[in-house]
Amino acid sequence: MDSTLAIFTLFLPLLGGLCAGSFGPLWGMRFSQWVTCGCMGLATLTSLWLVIILGPLDTALSVPGFSWIHVGALEVKWGILIDHLSLVMIMIVTFISLMVHVYSIGYMKGEPGFSRFMAYLSFFTFFMLVLVTAPNFVQLFFGWEGVGLSSYLLIGYWYNDPRANRAAFKAFLMNRIGDVGYVLGILTLYLLFQTFDFSPIFTGVPDKQAHMIEIYGWQCHTLTLATILLFVGAMGKSAQVGLHTWLPDAMEAPTPVSALLHAATMVTAGVFLMVRISPLLDYTPLTREMITIVGAATVVLAASIACVQNDIKRIIAYSTGSQLGYMFMAIGLSGYSAAMFHLTTHAFFKATLFLGAGSVIHAMSDEQDIQKMGGIWRAIPITYTLMWIGSLALAGLPFFAGFYSKDLILEINWVSKMPVAFACGLVGIVLTAFYAWRLLILTFQGTPRANDAVMSHLKESPLSMLVPLISLGLITLVVGPGLYTLFVGSFFGPQNEVILAAQQTSYEIKTVPVLATLLGIGVAYLFYMRSKKWPSHLEMTFKRTYEFFFHQCYIDALYDRLFVVPSLKLANLLWKEGDQKGIESLGPKGLTTLSLLGGRLICRLQTGYLYHAAFAMVLGFGAMVGGILWLNSDTLRLAEVYDFLARYKG
Amino acid sequence: MHPLPLLSMIVFLPLLGAVSILLSGAKRSANARWVALWVSLVTFVLSLVLWGRYDPTLGGFQLENTMQWISYLGLTYHVGVDGISLPFILLTTLLVPLCILASWKGIKKRTADYMMAFLILETFVLGSFVALDILLFYIFFEGVLIPMFFIIGIWGGPHRIYAAFKFFLYTLLGSGLMLLAILYIYFEVGSSIPLALESVFDPKVQTWLWLAFFASFAIKIPMWPFHTWLPDVHVEAPTGGSMILAGILLKMGGYGFLRFSLPLCPDASADFAPFVFILSIIAIIYASFVALAQTDIKKLVAYSSVAHMGFVTLGIFTMDAAGISGAITQMVSHGMISAALFLCVGVMYERTHTRKIAEFGALVYRMPRYAVIFMLFILASLGLPGTSGFVGEFLVLLGTYQVNIYAATMASLAMILGAAYALWLYQRIIFGPPTACTFTDLNGRELISFSPLLVGVLLLGLYPAPLFKVTEGAVMKLVGFSSLLGKS
Repeated sequence: MDSTLAIFTLFLPLLGGLCAGSFGPLWGMRFSQWVTCGCMGLATLTSLWLVIILGPLDTALSVPGFSWIHVGALEVKWGILIDHLSLVMIMIVTFISLMVHVYSIGYMKGEPGFSRFMAYLSFFTFFMLVLVTAPNFVQLFFGWEGVGLSSYLLIGYWYNDPRANRAAFKAFLMNRIGDVGYVLGILTLYLLFQTFDFSPIFTGVPDKQAHMIEIYGWQCHTLTLATILLFVGAMGKSAQVGLHTWLPDAMEAPTPVSALLHAATMVTAGVFLMVRISPLLDYTPLTREMITIVGAATVVLAASIACVQNDIKRIIAYSTGSQLGYMFMAIGLSGYSAAMFHLTTHAFFKATLFLGAGSVIHAMSDEQDIQKMGGIWRAIPITYTLMWIGSLALAGLPFFAGFYSKDLILEINWVSKMPVAFACGLVGIVLTAFYAWRLLILTFQGTPRANDAVMSHLKESPLSMLVPLISLGLITLVVGPGLYTLFVGSFFGPQNEVILAAQQTSYEIKTVPVLATLLGIGVAYLFYMRSKKWPSHLEMTFKRTYEFFFHQCYIDALYDRLFVVPSLKLANLLWKEGDQKGIESLGPKGLTTLSLLGGRLICRLQTGYLYHAAFAMVLGFGAMVGGILWLNSDTLRLAEVYDFLARYKG
Repeated sequence: MHPLPLLSMIVFLPLLGAVSILLSGAKRSANARWVALWVSLVTFVLSLVLWGRYDPTLGGFQLENTMQWISYLGLTYHVGVDGISLPFILLTTLLVPLCILASWKGIKKRTADYMMAFLILETFVLGSFVALDILLFYIFFEGVLIPMFFIIGIWGGPHRIYAAFKFFLYTLLGSGLMLLAILYIYFEVGSSIPLALESVFDPKVQTWLWLAFFASFAIKIPMWPFHTWLPDVHVEAPTGGSMILAGILLKMGGYGFLRFSLPLCPDASADFAPFVFILSIIAIIYASFVALAQTDIKKLVAYSSVAHMGFVTLGIFTMDAAGISGAITQMVSHGMISAALFLCVGVMYERTHTRKIAEFGALVYRMPRYAVIFMLFILASLGLPGTSGFVGEFLVLLGTYQVNIYAATMASLAMILGAAYALWLYQRIIFGPPTACTFTDLNGRELISFSPLLVGVLLLGLYPAPLFKVTEGAVMKLVGFSSLLGKS
């Protein structure tokens, strides 16, 4: 029963996607819309059922499949593993995916590639579910690459737009860089455990904790090496600083995609992976330190950039990166369930924000620049309310989602005696509140800055978009307080000390984040409602700094100069100089020239004159006789030759 | 012993087809096409029967046929299959009908001759995969060059003569050295194929033998820096010729390494392994970069073949079960993927008569089916999990990582570079703002020729067990050879 449910949950989205992809172009939009949403709806129901059945149990459900790669001692099997961690992810993925599917009916109405779009969304859901239910690292990679592919296809959905194509390509490549880390990471684990399955690896860790490996003469702790490599993979997928530049560009995708893939689910795959390998992380303090540092850096950097962007989706995208940073910070400090908690709340409030932003963009005739919005809240009150809910949850005001999950991470920082990380988190909170309210105010308040044509078309989105939006908003309201006890409890296994200690922190520490949030909101209010000159004043005074963050720290330009241009130059160099001049002229061409040259030289000897030939004959005969004599000088005496000749005459 | 000499039937049926085309009069090209197609299809069906008859639980060679040939030389006609040759036989018999289908409309002149050349080629290729007599192997192995020379030289592009000669001479040069090695073996221990050998050559002799074989196989597969013939030849070859060249002829190099270098010269193979690793790594990275710079689609695919074959040589010389299985998988997988990619190029060439990337763009609007199929093969080429490309690449990396972490790390860069050149190619051809192109989408014949490859690539990606089942025994035997060495 459970197995059947699990199989249905996984394969219903695939079925829907295949139907829409193959028959959608023939049978029309209505068919694609019903088949994909229908399948997603059923999958959501079955996953809910799974939650009801498996939630109270302590054992994981495992459905074995057929063998995938079986060579010698190596055996990788397909399968489904559903423990509490997977369960949380399945619920998030299926539900938000369903909401986004329904939302897309309204948002993507009239698009010529509607069926293709719905099919991609369903394929993505399938791969994401495979990822979170994988019982081994190789199958996880199957899902991992599958969601990467879906992301590529969805970012490049409008393939007539060169910018979308470039963004899609960039996303895929950046993710592949992370993937190299992932693959090398699991190969390192294989070296240690001779298997890719989770359970033998996780139970076998204590035996292997002292294993060292030599690399270029250095003794490396094998587990640390493996986990760091896996973390590189997670950085690529979850857009952590260094490998983050694809995420803002990925906003070329239609907005429902941004909500589902690039906010709620796919980008959290990295966090999920790290939580999945938490039994390994427990033995690798160095890796955890690195994760905390990268997480903290991403929190601050991404939030700073978000403060000065003008594209509504780009702001939310950087916000996503920053929030993922919080989750990694928690993982680095062993607060795995706190990370999962924030992942859950973030999935809902960020999906709300993105779908809200989509609703705004829809209303504003595809305008995305918040400097060209303003004064529209009366026209689209429902969207406005939901954007408020999302922002309140994001900023973490009391009784909203972020207050529970983000503040828990801050408290973990505090009890782990990580003052720098704590400070980064706090700065992040101020910046988060600032950009969130900057977005709200510039988008909805003040005087309208859009032209009359846009303003005259302004209207609230259709029901198909509002229903998912409202549902997500409602869940956002309840998810924080509702799940707090679950996540700080022992849902994911034995309760860990960090979380316990975090709950015991004093009230002063617990209020600090709230004050920070209020500070951020206050500054935003001051800047954009009261003294509207101040922002431009600040821009002028700190022009360099502003430009630096406005251009997203010039990281793209840096990468272009460091990697892209040199690679292409190297490619041309290797081809033109290496292949065509070097190898060709030394190898085949060189041999050809050499033999031609030799042939020509020998040709010269063939003059056709008899005396030339006779001379050559004499020379040759002399050389031959001389050679024989010289070679046999000790055995063959000259006298014997005379003797021989005499006898021959006679 | 089965009463019917199944294996010999498979090998010589295509030749029989060629003869029947010749006898039936070469004037009617339509007739020749159908004969060639049917003969190759029957050969494929027979090879499926062969697969069914093959018992993977028994080690060694099976379904052998032996016949006295030139008795005073001790030369016998001796053929048989084992786990290493069977996948290549299936690959060959699968690809030839597809090549014939791909050449249905594209070959306008001397069609009957073309079909004959293809069928003769099939006989020679199959013969070299099943030959168990070392001189017989040589005859088949070299025989392949003759029909291929004509296919390139008669039905090729503008510089076909140059390309045909380059192909012929380059590969012949390597084979000349191999002939010396084969003669040496023949005079020392007789002419039956090495797996039957119990005694191992003296290490010094092994070194020379290994180098002689290496010269031939490294050019054939081709390894860096012996690869420069490949792009030139591919560019000039007709679509069917490119498909068979990339799909099968390159694999004869890998097959040779597995059949001769490893079992005959285990010591030398172990000694030379680091050297092969270095060349393979250079091939993988260098060729991937060069592929990035190409402006001609066929050249790009040709260079990607060099990179993929780098994985094959890397995997073979890990002398590890996973590495060698990975190398075989990679060869079978690349056989299908590269054939399909060349078919993709051919399909467009028939419509536009150009292969320059810059002259394409936005094909997705008029050719959605083509876009989907091309995408799937591009993804297989970059090794996306779920396609055969991943299984091969991953197993090779796994095997390599066990013996040499640095080599595996360098090779894994191909994951990035492979994605870069493949996807970039795809985007430039398929996507972009709509243009006024009026090409028709894939027709039924083209769809039929793509579909078996598509099924194969996905099947091998999701459920490669049938392949591993066939190869396992032979691979273990090979690994056994090298592990015995470690103990002594």
